[in-house]
Amino acid sequence: MAAVPAVLQSEWTKIRTVSSTVWTLASAVIVTVAMGAALSALLKSSFDDLSDLERATFDPTFVSFSGMVLGQLAMVVFGVLVVGTEYSSGMIRTSLAAVPQRATFLFSKIAVAGALALLVGLVTSFLSFFLGQALLGEHRTTIGADNVLRAVVGGGIYMGLIAVFSMGVAAMLRSSMLSLGILVPFFFLISQILSAVPKAKEVAKYFPDQAGSKIMQVVPDALGSEKAPYGPWGGLAIMLVWVAASLLGGYLVLKRRDA
Amino acid sequence: MIELDGLTKRYGTKTAVDHLSFRVRPGMITGFLGPNGAGKSTTMRMMLDLDNPTSGTVRIDGRHYRELDEPLKYIGALLDAKAMHGGRSAHNNLLCLAQSNRIPRSRVGEVLDLVGLTAVARKKSKGFSLGMGQRLGIASALLGDPEILMFDEPVNGLDPEGIHWIRNLMKSLASEGRTIFVSSHLMSEMALTADHLIVIGQGKLLADTSMADFIQQNSRSFVRLRSPQQERLRDVLHADGFVVVEAGNGTLEVDGASTDRLGELAAAHQLTLHELSAQRASLEEAFMQMTAGAVEYHAHGTGTDVHGGAPAAPGPAWGANSGWGAAPGPGSGPTGEGV
Repeated sequence: MAAVPAVLQSEWTKIRTVSSTVWTLASAVIVTVAMGAALSALLKSSFDDLSDLERATFDPTFVSFSGMVLGQLAMVVFGVLVVGTEYSSGMIRTSLAAVPQRATFLFSKIAVAGALALLVGLVTSFLSFFLGQALLGEHRTTIGADNVLRAVVGGGIYMGLIAVFSMGVAAMLRSSMLSLGILVPFFFLISQILSAVPKAKEVAKYFPDQAGSKIMQVVPDALGSEKAPYGPWGGLAIMLVWVAASLLGGYLVLKRRDA
Repeated sequence: MIELDGLTKRYGTKTAVDHLSFRVRPGMITGFLGPNGAGKSTTMRMMLDLDNPTSGTVRIDGRHYRELDEPLKYIGALLDAKAMHGGRSAHNNLLCLAQSNRIPRSRVGEVLDLVGLTAVARKKSKGFSLGMGQRLGIASALLGDPEILMFDEPVNGLDPEGIHWIRNLMKSLASEGRTIFVSSHLMSEMALTADHLIVIGQGKLLADTSMADFIQQNSRSFVRLRSPQQERLRDVLHADGFVVVEAGNGTLEVDGASTDRLGELAAAHQLTLHELSAQRASLEEAFMQMTAGAVEYHAHGTGTDVHGGAPAAPGPAWGANSGWGAAPGPGSGPTGEGV
């Protein structure tokens, strides 16, 4: 058996020696923080225009995470490219000849890339939170308030899991282009649109992004959003089921299909 | 030592590799020959456990590939030249592989030096030419200093200097006692490098023989005769105990005879000869004849096998293959007209 620490080291070298790692992860941080800051500033100035319901459920923590809708797409691209370029470059054959144990290969890669995505996700969510609160002025909350730390750490976990979910999907589809063509519209459009359509939104509540993002809300049903039949941890658990399913699917494809 | 036992790969109803069983022995270069699409690459991918066989097994020193501890130290392979991440430098591409098998970092520099890529070690590999990509692939195969090396079509797309370099590299690796398994679709290339020959066609084993035996059995030498008095000439030759084959276009072929003897015989019977020449069938023809049979066997009477009936072509066969030995002996060449 190939030694797991050696394979982890090898996968770390793969990740740090391609430029796509830097630009995808940098985009995730910059887009999320900048957009969160902009919306925080906007809401501060237009707080009085909000409806009574929105003011009653105003969630300054969740507002500062508004940029994740866009920033998560960079995480999707990072996750897809980590796995997908093995296939598009033909490197997969060389990689599997070096590490023929499929589980060791795939899960070492995902562990290294997932840990990096989680770390970058946490940095992003803390930056977004503090910058957002600074811009919200008198509507701000503090990290010490009830459930706020859970939401901020949860925001980082959410971004990490979005990346890991994308890695599993790319392993199943064995193509960067195909994976991006499905995941980007799904997270950016389909999930957002369906969550606003009656009936469809009952299903959309169980999508990985809809369920997982509940962890970032401090106020339940923040800003008059849809009531969910699960709490923040329940939502995260639903997202974890999606992630587990994509990883299992990715592993089975790698194990069964010819490289 | 690599052992294949009944290795089979089917894609739907198409059988790409059909019950292949053979051994690849150490200390020599084993050539793996077959026309394009014969199943060479599929076989090699199954040997590396990249493709799952439909049935049959491959054992490397008695073990399945997946059971090898740090496989790059046992077996190195060049499958296709571009099997690297183009955005990574040559050095980093090799470093990833080295680390996964706990090969010391210093070895990366050594193999880059060995293949002559030191100057471009820090360049992104997507800018590499085919030849440079091939060298990088060979560097990755040599990384673990393995006892077994596999090269899939290593001379493809290389310039003569590169081809020469790979030939010599394979020979020196074999002389160190390593097992070298190299595929090609060119008989002439194999004749120059291989000690042992495995020929497949349509996924089936057609020959498993030493190169020397293959040359001896397949480079048939014969004498070609053409005469306006063909009927009489044939009778005379028959009467003298020669086996005569009619080769079409009014030519006769006689196995195992010298031009001297046949010329004298014709003169003694006052027969006019328009041609009297020593011929030698090329190995390329022998190979094509062998694989054409396999092709025809499967292509149920479509009538046009892919080799276009080349073995029966009346051209000067002796010169078709350069390099490995133009026909020796007296009277070679299309000389001796009108004795």
